[in-house]
Amino acid sequence: MLVFVIRRIFYTIPIMLGVSLVCFALVHISPGDPLVSILPPDASVELQEQMMAIYGFDRSYPEQFFRWLGLAMQGDLGNSIATGRPVASEVFNAVGNTLILAVTATIIGFTLGSLFGFVAGYYRDSWIDKLATGIAVVGVSVPHYWLGMVMVIIFSVELRWLPATGAGPGGSSQWMWDWVHMQYLILPAITMSVIPMGIVARTVRALVADILQQEFVTGLQAKGLLDRGVLAHVVKNAAPTALAVMGLQLGYLLGGSILIETVFSWPGTGFLLGQAIFQRDLPLLQGTILVLAMFFVILNLLVDVAQTSLDPRLQRG
Amino acid sequence: MTPSATKSDHPLVSVRDLSVRFDGTPPVHAVNNVSFDLASGEVLGILGESGSGKSVTLKTLLRLLPERRTTITGAVEVDGEDVIALQGRALADHRGGVASMIFQDPSLALDPVYTIGQQIAETVIRHEGATSRVAMARALEMLELVRIPSAKRRLGNYPHEMSGGMRQRAMIALALACRPKLLLADEPTTALDATVQIQILLLLRELQQEMGMGVIFVTHDIGVAVEVSDRLAVMYAGSFVETGSVADIIRDARHPYSKGLLAANLVGAVPGTRLDAVPGAPPALNALPEGCAFAPRCAHAEDLCLTTPVPVWSGAAGRWARCVHATREGATAVNKVAP
Repeated sequence: MLVFVIRRIFYTIPIMLGVSLVCFALVHISPGDPLVSILPPDASVELQEQMMAIYGFDRSYPEQFFRWLGLAMQGDLGNSIATGRPVASEVFNAVGNTLILAVTATIIGFTLGSLFGFVAGYYRDSWIDKLATGIAVVGVSVPHYWLGMVMVIIFSVELRWLPATGAGPGGSSQWMWDWVHMQYLILPAITMSVIPMGIVARTVRALVADILQQEFVTGLQAKGLLDRGVLAHVVKNAAPTALAVMGLQLGYLLGGSILIETVFSWPGTGFLLGQAIFQRDLPLLQGTILVLAMFFVILNLLVDVAQTSLDPRLQRG
Repeated sequence: MTPSATKSDHPLVSVRDLSVRFDGTPPVHAVNNVSFDLASGEVLGILGESGSGKSVTLKTLLRLLPERRTTITGAVEVDGEDVIALQGRALADHRGGVASMIFQDPSLALDPVYTIGQQIAETVIRHEGATSRVAMARALEMLELVRIPSAKRRLGNYPHEMSGGMRQRAMIALALACRPKLLLADEPTTALDATVQIQILLLLRELQQEMGMGVIFVTHDIGVAVEVSDRLAVMYAGSFVETGSVADIIRDARHPYSKGLLAANLVGAVPGTRLDAVPGAPPALNALPEGCAFAPRCAHAEDLCLTTPVPVWSGAAGRWARCVHATREGATAVNKVAP
């Protein structure tokens, strides 16, 4: 097992290198001049060249890449063009906020999804199954920014139960797990949890239905296990795949929540990414994407390790 | 080691007019009016080709068939208990406690994500309320009993880490862990290669004699059936067509189907010649013919066979065949033996 973990960690090194190259390349391939937003339209050619030199845009791409990579490994992602503040600290703050939101949403989504999926798979083709599957399909199909707005209209505007936007009184930097702050989390987290809930529910339903068809379940009954004993076996058999799906979903939520974070003005990476794109803030964009991609890689590593400890057959691969 | 001989006047297993129907459109009559007894310590081999209803008969003894889609009629008693009436906890106590089962393919019938030790111990905990330490000790003892080398290490193995023969030994250890009075073996050697088959058969035979349990052994391989059984029952299209001691059937099979199975055996076959296979395929169990179910494939079939219920020829106790020809030859054959 230890050997497996170490080997798996080594595998991530080339993956991370590749990811950083793609990050860098994508941003530079995209059209548009990064300096347009901070230079006046009538700036002189000398000034433009001077600015290019300051940000290093005048050098060759390989040179820029290795310089950027070298600094990034030391934790320096450069300065934002728009605000001049260090990208690393901006991203760091945003990542913290996104983590809070994404992890909460994943926990809600995974718990409800597993529950619905399990019940649906266990009582397949009954009305419970149809209800649970229906909820899951709606969850996957509803556009979540739309759901977010509807939630704001109902719970913030009409009922006035919960705040509509922001991350609490202290803004982004002073998050605390108390009611004053957590009430800001409820609406975006629920909105965000709907998609992973639906996906997890559908996966778990199929898994459980498939496991129940397998002969070893008859074997478990044949040795006299009660229903709850059989159930424990089904859960352990379903867990590795369900965990993998959850890990992927968490990965998507960490980066792919631009719409929800924008609807709720949640100061996370999605919000930051949106800003960076609209302002053509290359260092900020690169830095954010890189950090998110690294998250994905690490998350996959954790999921693999967790899966392997649950299903011994995977260790061989 | 021998289980207490309770109710010695009763057989260990008593099946009367058992019929199993899978409800569907059309309904499938998988087992039709099967009756037999099994004494404790006796081995009954049920012989038949795929789809003849032998596995279904076996599963009925543990009530492992999907409840909602199955209709069971007739009486099944195991150790004096009405198996058909068992529900909930009592049924679970019966399964694995009184009667347990060895499956055809242990790589499918064992849970892939639990170790062998855990799977055996779990059964012991369930039936005997043992602590996990005691249960694990029993698991080790069982693995040694079925002669798995370096049993202690194997306890922590997952099914995929063992060879096919080893897995089947583990399956046997699991089935015997709570000292059942009845062991049901559903083609336990079919998924194994030939050399391993013999080892497993010898092991089963030995354990059966050591522990004195009753065994019902289902197989399509007449060689295997002869090896382990005291008595044989030949099954065709959901019914028993002939029963008798192994010697009776081997030397003096009365039903044309039994004769066909014997003739199709590899033992004693001349190399280079075609085997005498039984022509045709078994009838669909949703549309059984009026008369003899075997008649469409039978070389000796007459018009009579197709239309009228089949008469039963009986010889000595527990020896009978369901064939009109057997009843005719029967008179002379019995006379030959009698004086």
